[in-house]
Amino acid sequence: MPETVLQAPGESHYDVLIIGAGMAGMAAAIRLAHFGKKVCLLERHTVIGGLNSFYKLGGRKYDVGLHAVTNYVPRGVRGTPLVKLLRQLRIHREELDLCEQLGSKVSFPGEELTFTNDFSVLESEVARAFPGQVDGFRALAGEVAAFGDLSGGGGGDPSARSVIRSHITDRGLEDMLLCPLMYYGSAREGDMDYSQFAIMFQAVYLEGFARPFEGVRRLTRTLLRKLREAGAERCMGCGVRELRIDRGRVAGVILDSGREVTAGAVLSSAGVTETLRLCREAREPEPPRNDDNVGRLSFVESITVFRGQPRDLGCDNTIIFYNDAGRFDYSVPGDLVDPRSGVICFPNNFDYGDRQLPEGFFRITCLANCDGWCSLPEKEYRAQKERWFETMVARALKFLRPVNRETLNERTLARDMFTPRTITRYTGHINGAVYGAPKKVKDGCTPYENLFLCGTDQGFLGITGAMLSGISMANRHVLSRKSDKSLEKMTQAP
Amino acid sequence: MTEEECKQIVVKIIADIAPDEDLNDLKDDVRLRDQLDLDSMDFLDIVMELRKQHGIEVPEEDYPKLASLDSCAEYLTPKFLEKQSV
Repeated sequence: MPETVLQAPGESHYDVLIIGAGMAGMAAAIRLAHFGKKVCLLERHTVIGGLNSFYKLGGRKYDVGLHAVTNYVPRGVRGTPLVKLLRQLRIHREELDLCEQLGSKVSFPGEELTFTNDFSVLESEVARAFPGQVDGFRALAGEVAAFGDLSGGGGGDPSARSVIRSHITDRGLEDMLLCPLMYYGSAREGDMDYSQFAIMFQAVYLEGFARPFEGVRRLTRTLLRKLREAGAERCMGCGVRELRIDRGRVAGVILDSGREVTAGAVLSSAGVTETLRLCREAREPEPPRNDDNVGRLSFVESITVFRGQPRDLGCDNTIIFYNDAGRFDYSVPGDLVDPRSGVICFPNNFDYGDRQLPEGFFRITCLANCDGWCSLPEKEYRAQKERWFETMVARALKFLRPVNRETLNERTLARDMFTPRTITRYTGHINGAVYGAPKKVKDGCTPYENLFLCGTDQGFLGITGAMLSGISMANRHVLSRKSDKSLEKMTQAP
Repeated sequence: MTEEECKQIVVKIIADIAPDEDLNDLKDDVRLRDQLDLDSMDFLDIVMELRKQHGIEVPEEDYPKLASLDSCAEYLTPKFLEKQSV
């Protein structure tokens, strides 16, 4: 059955309507359509991918979002999120062309920790740099590896820092371990929920980084093909204005055009608060606002395209998480950008075999203040982008010692920068919050019986997590509503 | 439809779901989950693929009957035969 791309839904009723054609929404749509559900995927924008997308500028293609696919494991490693994802979407590993990182590091004042997709490298780095802490580090890794609860359960979620401190006493090491995990997935400032920490520790340290040679396009193209094969309908430029609530359920989905469509179930990847704000009940004009659960963390990213490869400049690392401040401060900056810490990514530095990107890419991500960026008048916005671009590059170059500014300038072919303003536009997330709301809704349930969340606010992280979130919510709330227990029985020991 | 053909259908479904598993030396009388890395999501998919590809319904209380290839054949072959005779 061919995939149908439309500007408006072709029917008036669906088994499932999915809000948002990001990684989570597309994965959910593939699962549901594969198993015969009549599915329509609604996307306000004209491009797919949500936060993980790409754009063209001056004849070049730039990835947004994706530095690396986390959760990479080689063939043969069983039961991990990547393997589950591939199986559930019937994707062959080769289709994603995942190429492993060359090696990354965490760089703090006076200390560096290298890590690769081989966990023993990080272990020996900790032993070298923090000899007194390595036993604690191993115990922490053991506790994290045993944390298998990806679907969430009841009970409180302890602070990640408190769990780390029960094993590790050096605050410097604690910050160094947290830095990449926070940058790649934390919606909370200063600390993480332990469950989120454990998911990210597995995704980044115990598993690892990879990237398709063609970047995010390879992933979205694969998902589009699967959508087509499964027979899902996809509407682009078709936003949802309102979810009409009646007697505790979504009775109708009102599109930006004013047209109303109905569905047995609605899966929303818009974010928990964003989704609840769409809900309107006839008798109660004030929707539940959930204002205390709004994410605030957003980012800027500078991109420099240069002649040659990073290696020509002496840069062999794939990703460098750096911090130049006394203590690592993961919080919304008072200024437009906090240039003291950040993430440098060289998309060239993955093992592409005999292929190589034709030009060098040098990306820097830093924490940013969304309100600040969004309230700037247009002219000032451009000027601030210029200003902060320079500052970010200057600070980041301190962590790339062999490279000086003149060499980079001489080789520079193009540059661009995106801000929380860009992110808000692409994702519709309040505050341009890349990792969504601080309080995750792990079971995806809402106050309404046929409305479920998927995507970043459901609590799975990274690009693999986003897709798994769509899959697991589709399975749990649509495909197997009552059969979870009997399925569990089959796979557990008698 | 013989029991052998029925087993082949199940193996083909597993091959679609889990292309990364080696299915060459599957033992018929040993539980699938003891030989393969299959979780509850994968078993749900076996049930749903049976319905999708062959119109065979497996009610929830019968899921345990899909434990091994032998038990699959014993349980599913009559269902396939019933389907053919309609």
